[in-house]
Amino acid sequence: MAHLEDLRDKTVGIAGCGGLGSNCAVALARAGVGHLIIADFDIISESNLNRQYYFYDQIGKPKAETLKENIERINPAIRVTAVNIKLDELNIKDIFDEVDVLVEAFDRSDQKQIIIETALSIWAERPLVIGIGMAGWGGNQLIHMKKYGNLYICGDRISEIGPGMPPLAPRVGIVANMQANTVLQILLNGSRVGVQKNIN
Amino acid sequence: MKIILNNRPDEFTPEKLTVQELLDIKNFTFKMLIIRINGEIVKKDQYSKAVIHDGDEVIVLHLISGG
Repeated sequence: MAHLEDLRDKTVGIAGCGGLGSNCAVALARAGVGHLIIADFDIISESNLNRQYYFYDQIGKPKAETLKENIERINPAIRVTAVNIKLDELNIKDIFDEVDVLVEAFDRSDQKQIIIETALSIWAERPLVIGIGMAGWGGNQLIHMKKYGNLYICGDRISEIGPGMPPLAPRVGIVANMQANTVLQILLNGSRVGVQKNIN
Repeated sequence: MKIILNNRPDEFTPEKLTVQELLDIKNFTFKMLIIRINGEIVKKDQYSKAVIHDGDEVIVLHLISGG
């Protein structure tokens, strides 16, 4: 039987510290995952604040390092490795080599493709949790998780960002937290102890 | 041949298909895809060369932007 305390010994990698990555990282830190490796090259802009876990006075700062600061304010016991770098085919292996689970948290589909193809080529068995389809609002019933071997997909799989379809805090947050929830289920060996306790 | 496509059994008349032939038959016209055959990633420049055989487990996933 897996225990929540086991999370202290786990390492989770998060590729991207935007809408998905920042919210997923905070959820995992609050749940007690002992070590997070977070990577992003971007800086915080005002337009990010509609969904990303940053504050107005942090505009202009680098995302990865600032997310580390925010997580340390929530739970200083969590070790956070912040990497200020643009992830690519060549550096993904070194940065995330020690993680138990990797979370894909990129914005653009071409970047998602690069990290997913690279990660699955390097680590054919390691769990990879990706986010696909979360633009707009409403449609709660469409958002779900589906597993394909070691690849876990969270999202509605159809709602792409574009004109009139912005990424917004509620749906992006739902998918980010669904990714975090999937990570916990993987790390705790598929058990759903907490849920069963609540039902009883 | 019989394969598992996206977790479901599927059946095709030919004994083997290239990835591109499978995409054409299934009418998967999306630009941005992730494709795996028995866990191995198949990149776009290999779609016409990579061959799917009877019993293979194939995953074809469509990527869209947002995050």
